[in-house]
Amino acid sequence: MTYIPKPAVHHPSLQKNAIGLTRRDYEGSMSTLCAGCGHDSVTAAINQAFWELDIAPYKVAKLSGIGCSSKTPTYFLKEAHGFNSVHGRMPALATGANAANGDILYIGVSGDGDSLSIGLGQMCHAIRRNVNLLYVLENNGVYGLTKGQFSASADRGSTSKKGEANAMEPIDGCLLALSLGATFVARSFSGDKAQLVPILKAGLTHQGFAFIDVISPCVTFNDHEGSTKSYAYTREHNVEVVQADFVPPRSEITTDYDPGSARNVMLHDGSWLRLRKVAEDYDPLDRDRAYAFIREHQRRNEVVTGLLHIAPGAADMHAQAGTVSTPLVQLPYEQLCPGSAALETLQHRFR
Amino acid sequence: MDRTNDFAFKIATPNGTGSASANGLIMQAIFRMGVPVTGKNVFPSNIQGLPTWYEIRVSKDGYTARTPHFDLMVALNPATYARDVAEVRSGGWLLFDATWPLDAALKRPDVTYLGVPLAGLCNARFAGVRERILMKNIAYAGALAALIGMDTEIVRALIREKYAAKPALLDSNDAALALGFDYATEHFDCPLPIRLAPMDETREAILIDGNTSAALGCVYAGATVGAWYPITPSTSMMEAFNGFCKKYRRDPETRQNRYAILQAEDELAAIGMVIGAGWSGARAFTPTSGPGISLMNEFLGLAYYAEVPAVIFDVQRTGPSTGMPTRTQQGDLMMCAYASHGDTRHVCLYPSDPREAFEFAVAAFDLAERFQTPVFVLTDLDIGMNDWMVPKLTWDDTYRPDRGKVLGVEELESLKAFYRYVDADGDGIAARTLPGVHPNGAYFARGSGHNRFGRYTEDDEEYTDVVDRIARKIQNAAAAVPAPVIRHRPGATMGVVTIGGCHAACVEALDLLEREGIALDFMRVRGFPFGDDVRQFLEAHEVNFVVEQNRDGQLRNLLTLETAVPLDRLHSVRYYGGFPMSAHHVVTGVRAKIDKAA
Repeated sequence: MTYIPKPAVHHPSLQKNAIGLTRRDYEGSMSTLCAGCGHDSVTAAINQAFWELDIAPYKVAKLSGIGCSSKTPTYFLKEAHGFNSVHGRMPALATGANAANGDILYIGVSGDGDSLSIGLGQMCHAIRRNVNLLYVLENNGVYGLTKGQFSASADRGSTSKKGEANAMEPIDGCLLALSLGATFVARSFSGDKAQLVPILKAGLTHQGFAFIDVISPCVTFNDHEGSTKSYAYTREHNVEVVQADFVPPRSEITTDYDPGSARNVMLHDGSWLRLRKVAEDYDPLDRDRAYAFIREHQRRNEVVTGLLHIAPGAADMHAQAGTVSTPLVQLPYEQLCPGSAALETLQHRFR
Repeated sequence: MDRTNDFAFKIATPNGTGSASANGLIMQAIFRMGVPVTGKNVFPSNIQGLPTWYEIRVSKDGYTARTPHFDLMVALNPATYARDVAEVRSGGWLLFDATWPLDAALKRPDVTYLGVPLAGLCNARFAGVRERILMKNIAYAGALAALIGMDTEIVRALIREKYAAKPALLDSNDAALALGFDYATEHFDCPLPIRLAPMDETREAILIDGNTSAALGCVYAGATVGAWYPITPSTSMMEAFNGFCKKYRRDPETRQNRYAILQAEDELAAIGMVIGAGWSGARAFTPTSGPGISLMNEFLGLAYYAEVPAVIFDVQRTGPSTGMPTRTQQGDLMMCAYASHGDTRHVCLYPSDPREAFEFAVAAFDLAERFQTPVFVLTDLDIGMNDWMVPKLTWDDTYRPDRGKVLGVEELESLKAFYRYVDADGDGIAARTLPGVHPNGAYFARGSGHNRFGRYTEDDEEYTDVVDRIARKIQNAAAAVPAPVIRHRPGATMGVVTIGGCHAACVEALDLLEREGIALDFMRVRGFPFGDDVRQFLEAHEVNFVVEQNRDGQLRNLLTLETAVPLDRLHSVRYYGGFPMSAHHVVTGVRAKIDKAA
């Protein structure tokens, strides 16, 4: 059986969020991924982020391409419309959907094959358009469904399960996103829920394209000694630069942080993103320095995680296109058709 | 033979020299004289310097097909001069720039040469290089006006309308027109036997190209999302849509847009955006040409299988591969009918002129939403980019979009469970829901195997259940697409079957053949899947001539595949060299087959 529904049993003591929903209400069907797959941890973090933000699941649309990662939208938010599309083409679908209805919260889940190989162009252009979309790249450096080929994010010198070494330079999604003008760039690790959940929440609230590269080890094909996307490697080489705490607009900002090591960033809806600097001189508002910082640590074989760059207030696709605030799908036909009299008049120019 | 209001002429210039506005002026002036006129722009895939031609046909009988026979040649491009001289019919005329001597080797004894020193006249009258080049065009329009008896008051009025806001240009244009007109009047016996006389045959007509009218159809249908990647010859469609939207689709108070135009990074993304928007409930479309459809194939299969509405305009050009991007063809009939891997079949509409392009654009959105599937509108470069004389477009204000089966809040509220692909009504069409409407409406659209409940499946029966229903659904669309145009002639036993822009050539050819004693019935198919009437017409005629513009007889193949009428009843008449089909091609093709049989 390839579809496994979860029994809808609610324990009365389950904690409810502000709209009266429990975490169970944010779940989907049972995962069919391998036991221990990093992607399932990301799914859990996504559930948690939506629940904590009190978002009504049916106001969300979840889209994906093809691959293990792209299966995961089935595993969360069963009350949200989902679209599992074709390989590498989720950004185009999300762009069109968003153009038609900007009132929905869009989450796209992709993988390193989907985003960095077959769909590289689409991802780049969705970033350039600043489509209001949380884009989660579940990055394991390997093609799982076709059983273990290198992906474009595999590091040079890393080995496959069969022992072959990768000779090519990797594509780093975060560096790429930065160079394309992405307005929100973060990296995290599937096994670090404490870091991932606040980043996802910040990304969901960001008005524009929020790119999150989540290193998510493949337990079956890429969690061995020669892999640089394994649990052990990532834990060992992880350098956290910025820890993000997300504060919804209705809450008071708590003050238990040291002003010298924190920075508040206001998001479009008036909520605050509180960035706690772990690295002393790191400034996530400075795109160029973010780029240099990632490169510098790469040379030391360190994976920089955290919120790497944010440009709050940048115009998203709708702002750039100057569309009306009412979603296009909700415009009454009377506002769209100029009518017979206008048709008669406009045809004078064709005579 | 009286040639009044019945002749054709051709203007040869290098492209990028500004001849288009002069050619448009000539066309429009003839049209305003009430005389039926058609223009065909033959242009290169190039920005500047390569040969371009503009062909104008004047037909008191209202024939609009291209004619390959030219009474008068305006030969202003030295690079194509030899070829242009050769194309004039015997007894015809050739207008050339007499500023320079004519190559004696290219003189034909059976052609009358009319030398007008266009460059010389313009150099003497105008100062700047740019103005001299541009005004040469208006000067030849002036000479033509004298030679074919155009109403100069109408020409002047057109110039005044065009340059109302630019007085300096108005004066230059007026002066250039007079230069050519006066020179011709003085030196030649004007007008020539090929001449114009006022008629009253264009009062209820317009001159419009199919890309513009199709774009207008999208506006009137209520399309709000257009995604595209520029490709000849479809580009002007999105430009026209943009222009109309700026005028008719802006919030009067905020000046914000009630539409979104997305210039995609490629055609793959363009169709993806359309599908995303269609899935969300917007009427969305993409204009493209054959190479774009090739790229879109994967996504088209997704829209077919996940059952998402999408409208695709294929302004066909000459293939295969890059082919001849600025020449016309009907080469995508098979590709569009069955685009994408696996078992697929798509609804296609085949307008024959810009007026039908407008009407079918609207119909395409209704069909796409009603049948929840991609719908193709196949025009071609000739329909899309050339100015056609067609009856004025009309609009019924009682029209409301057919949104198909879309469940709203109240319906979802009362549902215990919603299953996306259950055929509740037995017509093959399952109700759909839109994102963000109601928690009960959620479903997971996917291109992977799914059952009637919308869930992933690898089960043979569940899979078959869904694809068989989709097959029924698409077959049911045969009764909803525009019916074929069928015309019977008394005593006819054979039929002519055609598609799209070949209509004009066939109608004229049927008249010509009837004068020779060959009466033929006529059918033009307008939609796919074919309805019963298509099959019945083919069955009713032992001999059907299938007239189309591609090498392999794609319409003939499609008819054979889809109707089970034996192949030997369908005789192929084809022209596919890149120009619009002319009656001459049809007459020659039909006659050759009849002669062979006799």
